[in-house]
Amino acid sequence: MTFDFKMDQPQPRLLDSTRQGLIGTDMARPEGLLKVTGAAAYAADHLPEGCVHGMLVRATVTRGRVTAIDEGSIGDIPGLLGVFHGPKFIRNPAQGMAGESPIRPDTEVHFHGQPIALVVAETFEAAREGALRLAVTYESAPAEVDPETASEVESDEPDTRGDWDDAWGKAAARVDLTFRTAGHVSAAMEPHAAVAEWQGENLLLRGALQMVATNRLELADALGVEPERVRVVSPFVGGGFGSKLGIGPEAVAASVAARDLGRPVRVVMARQTVFDAVLRRTETRQRLRLAADADGKLLALAHDDRISNLPGEGFAEPVSSASRFTYDALAMHFAQEVARNHRTPSGSVRAPGEAVGMITLEVAMDMLAQLLDIDPLDLRLKNVATSHPMTGQAFGEQRLADCLTEGARRFGWADRPAPGTRSEGDWLIGAGMAAAARPNALQESSARVRLTPWGAVVETDMTDIGTGTYAILTQIAGEMLGLPAERVEVRLADSDFPRSPGSGGSFGASSSGSAVFMAAKGIREKLARTLGCDPDDLALQDGIARGGNVERSLADLIDGELGETATVGPGKTAETHASAGFGAHFAEVAVHRWTGEIRVRRMLGLFDIGRVLNERTARGQALGGMIWGMGGALHEALEHDPRTGHIANRDLANYHVAAHADVPGDITADFLPVRDDHANPMQSKGVGELGISGSGAAILNAVHDACGARLLSIPATPDKVIAAMEEG
Amino acid sequence: MRTTLTVNGERHDLSHDERLSLLDAIRDQIGLTGTKKGCDHGQCGACTVHVNGRRVNSCLTLAAMHDGDEITTIEGLGTPDAPGAMQASFQACDGFQCGFCTAGQIMSASAVLEEIGRGEPSHVSSSLSSIDGMTDGELAERMSGNLCRCSAYPMIRAAIARAAEAAE
Amino acid sequence: MRPFDYRRAETLDSVAEGGRIIAGGTNLLDLMKLQVEIPDTLVDINRIAGLDRIEPQGEGLRIGALVTNTEVAADPRIRAGYPVLARAILAGASGQIRNKATTGGNLLQRTRCPYFYDPAMACNKREPGAGCSAQGGVGRMLAVFGTSDACLAAHPSDMAVGLRVLEARVEVRGTDGATRQLALEDFYCLPGDRPDIESVVQPGEIITAVILPAPVAGSVQSYRKVRDRASYAFALVSVAAVATMRDGRIDHLSLAYGSVAPRPWGDDAVTDALVGQAPDAGLFRRAADRLTAGHTPHPDAAYKLPLLRRSLQSVLHEVTGLSEAAIGTDKAEAFA
Repeated sequence: MTFDFKMDQPQPRLLDSTRQGLIGTDMARPEGLLKVTGAAAYAADHLPEGCVHGMLVRATVTRGRVTAIDEGSIGDIPGLLGVFHGPKFIRNPAQGMAGESPIRPDTEVHFHGQPIALVVAETFEAAREGALRLAVTYESAPAEVDPETASEVESDEPDTRGDWDDAWGKAAARVDLTFRTAGHVSAAMEPHAAVAEWQGENLLLRGALQMVATNRLELADALGVEPERVRVVSPFVGGGFGSKLGIGPEAVAASVAARDLGRPVRVVMARQTVFDAVLRRTETRQRLRLAADADGKLLALAHDDRISNLPGEGFAEPVSSASRFTYDALAMHFAQEVARNHRTPSGSVRAPGEAVGMITLEVAMDMLAQLLDIDPLDLRLKNVATSHPMTGQAFGEQRLADCLTEGARRFGWADRPAPGTRSEGDWLIGAGMAAAARPNALQESSARVRLTPWGAVVETDMTDIGTGTYAILTQIAGEMLGLPAERVEVRLADSDFPRSPGSGGSFGASSSGSAVFMAAKGIREKLARTLGCDPDDLALQDGIARGGNVERSLADLIDGELGETATVGPGKTAETHASAGFGAHFAEVAVHRWTGEIRVRRMLGLFDIGRVLNERTARGQALGGMIWGMGGALHEALEHDPRTGHIANRDLANYHVAAHADVPGDITADFLPVRDDHANPMQSKGVGELGISGSGAAILNAVHDACGARLLSIPATPDKVIAAMEEG
Repeated sequence: MRTTLTVNGERHDLSHDERLSLLDAIRDQIGLTGTKKGCDHGQCGACTVHVNGRRVNSCLTLAAMHDGDEITTIEGLGTPDAPGAMQASFQACDGFQCGFCTAGQIMSASAVLEEIGRGEPSHVSSSLSSIDGMTDGELAERMSGNLCRCSAYPMIRAAIARAAEAAE
Repeated sequence: MRPFDYRRAETLDSVAEGGRIIAGGTNLLDLMKLQVEIPDTLVDINRIAGLDRIEPQGEGLRIGALVTNTEVAADPRIRAGYPVLARAILAGASGQIRNKATTGGNLLQRTRCPYFYDPAMACNKREPGAGCSAQGGVGRMLAVFGTSDACLAAHPSDMAVGLRVLEARVEVRGTDGATRQLALEDFYCLPGDRPDIESVVQPGEIITAVILPAPVAGSVQSYRKVRDRASYAFALVSVAAVATMRDGRIDHLSLAYGSVAPRPWGDDAVTDALVGQAPDAGLFRRAADRLTAGHTPHPDAAYKLPLLRRSLQSVLHEVTGLSEAAIGTDKAEAFA
């Protein structure tokens, strides 16, 4: 039976009155013991009987055509099984939620590093040798690779509000800055991997994927088979961060080869290939303008940007996303230019938009506060938007001001010494703060819940990429059905299960969780009927149902099995109300007076994410985001060769994600108790990307506080810091 | 060629390509897939195992170079039903998210406690002669060869500190 | 990785028969996987007896070529008498790599220039005469001293910088079994038009040991490494120093610089101008200016000049007592 629910109006806060006591707790992850003992099997951990090994071959020209692939050049390799390429191969991973194959360029090359072939052999060693030795000839064409000098630049009409010239003209203080951010990669620890196995006309694809429902459609489309013949499973994913939203070249290539060879094929991207061929976050150049009256009330706010992508790739980093609703101003202006070039195509990397846009807005706010001689905290509090400035929508719930004031109290913001007055040896100490914001959304999602005498089984194709889905769905089902966690089994990430949006956009937990919630709610109503009580009077706890003076065990109430499948989706509240997560970051840093090295000594984030579903996994998400923001601010940068456009620092030794030593022990994330009644039936909001938003700005603002250096380009590596310090 | 490895106390006689890395031997030949390949170049630490009691990157060494050696992998520390102390501490402290770097973190962590116990200094030790002990700074520096892109670093170090306390 | 014959050497004599030596393998295998290194034969020297010990030699120490980085940094005699060497090693790589990497292998590690690492890009170090992609490419990590038109790559070792500042000598055994000792500046070759030749070690020869002279009694030693991330990253620049003071003046001083040249760098004129002088911020600034004057590096690496100047001044302040010693600056002591 199917239960359809549209979020047309606020729902009762049922989870505040249920009795199991699971929801919102810091319950440990049910799959955790598998992970800490090495027993959790990720895609590449599968080697089915007869499985052989494939390695992708990259293009070594930036643009042009493959004129010949000389299989004979590697014909001497023992165990070589074949070289695969051709019209089914995809150019790059699908963009998130595409649901159809990415471009299949056949012999065309559109970027240096594009996967163009797959070498398959009996052993991994032979396949790797073949992939690196394969002789390929090209016809090369000129290619632009620099976004600053691109001849093809697309721009839409700016989004505007109010009379810009008037607001700008009457300001007492103005900031007009250009800010640059380097390109980023997700760099999930698990390289993209696929094990393809055909059973007759049916394909089983074990992949490292975030969205198996759309991934199935994308893979089927690329291969030219019916989606019903494709099953995608991805129960353990070694991190995604956007990089595994869409089907990738490894999965298509493995499937093509496996079908031809009649044997399972495993393809794992080399780490260098992950850099070459997986969607990057674009570099950005941003212009941020703020104007305020003498009291610090914002009059004008403009956030314009230039980004880049391959010609024809639809994704555009929404750089100014959070600038549109964090603060209010009489006049607002948002414009974007997309420079077309032949670097590795760009796509979603954790918190597209906010990760690079919010740092700029919040550095500009710090500069404005300095100009006006107002406490940066007060400047923000004066300007927090009370409704969405660009759409006029009310916020479902918006607790930015509380995050700022309470965060400041916990951090000790008011007690910080005056700028530039604190040092320890050669280290100059400073403090900074910034706001966080990221839109929240409910996506259509389905789940099946079955109640048996043993307990409950939850099935959905939702993934757990480290975000805590196994834990959260266990808690929602257990809470709603009055079962302890050990009597709930959650089965995920199989495209045969009811369809969810998957993991992306921070909507996974709320969307798939709402489906589980509504399915369980349907079961509760059936239980109430059986028990003969009103659903509102039903109390479920530890496998016992109580209602209307009757008390029975669930096992007694159920005749065999009670099942419900629910599909939830956005409704009228998404039109009437804006929903977003909010927060505040506070950072204390040390800057070495000689070398310009920056060390974060302390960090605190306080967030409004609506109802917290699992305090432990939410905290992990928030801290992870804060640390990503730190990494982006201080040391992450893609370096593109100026001639080929390819990523020169294509490994983890030269692309610097944060390491243990970069992260202080004193780093905390916490949440305000909030319910967003308009967001979804659980009153929750997304958390996975909110922590990045603004985190780097708090650090850069603290650097300025410490040493007076104003960094307007990230990452703020020592070379830039000493240059800024010498400028004064 | 042929190589004999003792992995988690069990002897394995392998017949293999000279190029086989210790990591691929463990994963694909012996079938212990808890040890992960994150970069294959010693840049991430996901493949960390103990060789004769010392932690190494199993991707950056050939199986052939370890004939007769004693290897310990994540599976040698415990099982889901009977996790080892460091494994249980990681679960208790949520010292992971996606779980892919976790085996390497745990193998490194258990070695780090021994390295500190032996008084071996680190880059952040204030003195080379007397080691500061189990400070967060020491743990952070010593664990820096194990990247975690989920950035569960604070929880990982809490887990290590908890295991160290329990061991005392 | 291309196929190779694997051979296990039990004696030094059998090394002379040729083949590429593998010890720790942490850099060689890294490069073989990318087919940057393509040896026909690998000679595994890990079982050659006698190379895995640190022994007294004269008033100093003899570090066998197979002693791991971890063992060197943890050795009580090294920690007491040569703290700058322990600090340099501990600033490099990770715990796992230091457990595997050997003394000889560390000296012979290759540059991390991204174009050397990428067979799709021309590189004179991989293939003399092919061209240098770093010219006109990206180059934050390139050298600023000692380069040639053919090669701009920097030597990435931290340990070797520590050895140079201690005036250590490398013992190389020739194919005839005779050994010779070389100072670091003589051990490494500058690129010229043959950047593929990085040291004087010839095929069939092997590094057998590194010889440390007597410790500099009473010296203050420092290793300062500046990098993009707080740990587990190659140096942007590094400075190693050994100094003793007498009557308020610099009595003995040795300085070496890392990640700025194709070998651990030294500049006697800079050092000489400091010896005999009373420590002073202006003096240090002039010395730093002298070190970097007249060099025009790749534009991406130009920042290394001011960064090196600042790092040198900071280290000089610490080793001469002009400012408080931070972590990484230690006093050398006699050892038993």
